[in-house]
Amino acid sequence: MEKFNILKGIVAPLDARNVDTDQIIPKQFMKRIQKTGYGDVLFYDWRYISDDKTPNPKFEMNASRYKGATILLTRDNFGCGSSREHAPWALKDYGFCCILAVSYADIFYNNCFNNGILPVTLTHEIIDQLFKEVRATENYMLEVNLENQTITKPNNEIIKFDIHSFLKERLLNGWDQIGLTLRYAEMIDKFEKNHPLKL
Amino acid sequence: MPKNIYEKIWSAHLVCEPNDQDPILYIDRHYVHEVTSPQAFEGLRLSGRKVRRPDLTFATIDHNIPTVNRDKPISDPLSVLQIETLKKNCEEFGIQYFDMNDPKNGIVHVIGPELGLTQPGMTIVCGDSHTSTHGALGALAFGIGTSEVEHVLATQTLLQRKSKTMEIRIEDKPTPGITAKDIILYIIGKIGTGGGTGYVVEYTGDAVKNLSVEGRMTLCNMTIEAGARAGLISPDEKTVKYLLGRPYIPKNIQEEELIQLWLSWASEPGCLYDRTITINAEEVEPQVTWGTSPEMVAPITGKVPVLNEISDTTRRNAVKKALDYMGLNEGMPIESIEVDKIFIGSCTNGRLEDLREAAMVVKGYKVNNRIKQALVVPGSMLVKKQAEQEGLHKIFIESGFEWREPGCSMCLAMNDDRLNPGERCASTSNRNFEGRQGKGGRTHLVSPAMAAACAITGHFTDIRKWKFNK
Repeated sequence: MEKFNILKGIVAPLDARNVDTDQIIPKQFMKRIQKTGYGDVLFYDWRYISDDKTPNPKFEMNASRYKGATILLTRDNFGCGSSREHAPWALKDYGFCCILAVSYADIFYNNCFNNGILPVTLTHEIIDQLFKEVRATENYMLEVNLENQTITKPNNEIIKFDIHSFLKERLLNGWDQIGLTLRYAEMIDKFEKNHPLKL
Repeated sequence: MPKNIYEKIWSAHLVCEPNDQDPILYIDRHYVHEVTSPQAFEGLRLSGRKVRRPDLTFATIDHNIPTVNRDKPISDPLSVLQIETLKKNCEEFGIQYFDMNDPKNGIVHVIGPELGLTQPGMTIVCGDSHTSTHGALGALAFGIGTSEVEHVLATQTLLQRKSKTMEIRIEDKPTPGITAKDIILYIIGKIGTGGGTGYVVEYTGDAVKNLSVEGRMTLCNMTIEAGARAGLISPDEKTVKYLLGRPYIPKNIQEEELIQLWLSWASEPGCLYDRTITINAEEVEPQVTWGTSPEMVAPITGKVPVLNEISDTTRRNAVKKALDYMGLNEGMPIESIEVDKIFIGSCTNGRLEDLREAAMVVKGYKVNNRIKQALVVPGSMLVKKQAEQEGLHKIFIESGFEWREPGCSMCLAMNDDRLNPGERCASTSNRNFEGRQGKGGRTHLVSPAMAAACAITGHFTDIRKWKFNK
């Protein structure tokens, strides 16, 4: 997996609560058996007005000023609903490597770390303020530093964020989780021998 | 100190707690379906890894399969590819696979319990959020992503941080006509779709004790819609009665010993939870969602919200967006909303008890003229067979419903069963998200009895006043 350390990029706003993974990527695109090629259909039903992929001018993120965005700004409970990992695959494929939100759904949050995406949790007040600034300033960029757990605004103001140390290490090192767990294969063998359930 | 069921299952499955990564939890059952597994198997192949315990892994196809014309080839080549891929992967890695016309086939969360694969005290995962269903039998069960599917295939373990625990105590008795679906929708309406985030929920109280095991599954199934990691119900005599005699329960242990083992997982009196919420079941009326999130729900006697009565701007905007999408007017009575299609089925409400409830309502009535399509999709081949033995299919067909083959069907519309833009559906499924049942489709989540009554009257109807035909 790709490592994540410092990211400086354009911020795109998605002003909605409870954005579910059905919206991030609708089911008709989940029939593919690959992990890549989903960026084009990210937010499909909101982003396009027709199946020939005519952009929806009312979808804020479609504005040219957000082109090339790598940081997604959104609100509460992002990624709720279906466990589909196609959601982080589509976000990553589109170019998003970092999400800023008030909260995340549990399964989606875990899926992000398995795909090199950093989901940052910030307060309502900070998110509100960021929405204002993103809309007020064209080409609004933030610098996210995972090692230091900081976000630096264009005016050099610094926002600190919390993250679990294990999750941070995983992203910083781009570790393969299976490889890590297999270091404990002997413990798994031992556990199986003494398992209380008769499987 | 007395322990709750989550703490018991957690400590009994903890392989180790490394100092540089999350705790490693052993997984007893891994259910696999066609949509979220191909990339995981491909990952195994690329890294030259094997499935550690193919004997604890069970695969079914449910999301993509058609519910009609099973004798003909599937028309969508992408669906065929996904189905064929799962079949090949199961053959290559030695996994038990329930093909489309296998008598054991069905929606993964319906067949797990009915085959007796799901048992108290187990840890169960699947690349599907509604895995929480299996918690009804006292198993710690939750949905995972495809990377985690690969991790479980390769190691039979999962990295997990311990969740906080929430007790949702449901006191007293629900009034006649109120089902588990109404109770869970009511709870989600109270605590919100993010209300359970970070928690594992245990349902307790008299109303839960009195629910059938199937009703408990409906409760646990939609726990994910409240954002919780899992929903659990402590095993009791009903759990035991439900499971005994099912094909996959252990044969290498005496029945008495097995029952004692199962019951030993129940929460102990006086155990603690990080948070407790108490609900009075008597307050629950038949529920109908009016919006595009399961928390946007109202009782049948209620009304669609009025925007200027909502003070929070973000919430008001969300409600406005939902009402625009749903094509509803502010303040309109729920009972006045007319529907176009009916869907009875899914892992939430596609079991025998659900079909019985719906059949009782429609018996002797005809589907209303304004209804374009009324579907009954059993949750599994076994549910279908049992329903047919009871003659339920005849009641539905005589009334004007279509009696289909099992699968996920119009719950998520990955096959041809779907809504057209603007169509409104009374659905017994679990998600009313935009486009969930088809692009532009409008979903209202209800109980099987309410969906059945809607089919007859053409609009949402208070099931407590229904005149049942004998």
